[in-house]
Amino acid sequence: MNKEINCVEFLETLSDYVDGILGEALCKEIETHMDNCEDCRIVVDTLKKTIYLYHETSAKVTVPLSVRERLFRSLDLEDFIQKESELKNDVTF
Amino acid sequence: MSEGKELSLSKLRAGDRAEIARLVDAYSANIYRLALKMLANPQDAEDVLQNTFLKAIQALPKFEGRSSLSTWLYRIAVNEALMTLRRRKPEINFAHKPEEIGEGELHLNELRDWCCLPEKDLISAEAQNYLDQAIQQLSDKLRIVFILRDIEKLSISETSEALGLPETTVKARLLRARLKLRELLSAYYGERLGTEKSR
Repeated sequence: MNKEINCVEFLETLSDYVDGILGEALCKEIETHMDNCEDCRIVVDTLKKTIYLYHETSAKVTVPLSVRERLFRSLDLEDFIQKESELKNDVTF
Repeated sequence: MSEGKELSLSKLRAGDRAEIARLVDAYSANIYRLALKMLANPQDAEDVLQNTFLKAIQALPKFEGRSSLSTWLYRIAVNEALMTLRRRKPEINFAHKPEEIGEGELHLNELRDWCCLPEKDLISAEAQNYLDQAIQQLSDKLRIVFILRDIEKLSISETSEALGLPETTVKARLLRARLKLRELLSAYYGERLGTEKSR
């Protein structure tokens, strides 16, 4: 029997759906629900965008050079401070 | 967190300083970002960064590799960040927020579709400030889960390992964090949507 899901059940499965880890059958139910429920479609789209925006804007955060320098000094690694470019060749970010 | 050219665990355990320097450079951006998002204070974030590596380097000889190096470092960093928050006690509101309890009903609010806004509006300097403010409105418990899973892109199982929490708890908190942030962002971008349309 193919039971139709309601908006609350939809919300409960939302994270798994957005992460792409929901079983095929439930995934289909969600998509059918979204075809008929504009509100839930908007929730999915804006939720995905929310996650995207946080990830994208945060990825730009880097360690300021002065912070890196103080970090290396605090770890007794000051002799490696100047070797940044050399280290960067070794480590892929 | 990308480890790039494999770090040598045996060298790290043996205290090889060049290898430790590589470890620090490979992971410091992730740790700093986590601390900055969690604490919203660059000085506190720097302290967490330093303490995380100080403790990690001390503990490296005993690191058994049961979890990945990155998850292990995240776990140390999470503990450092949470300790900093505890020290700030007077500033923290301990009143139970509904999303902290995690049992309240889920609601559908803010149903404006702002996905179509141009990228320049979505990531303007003002919008970025708002994103930073909005994430601070989450309780600490929800914020740390969102940071690890959606900003640092750890898997559910890695997040649960870094936090020492069951996966079901991580998933429940993640859903609440995501819904709350979506709601806050919808309120903000929804207003821009009105401005955009009236242009």
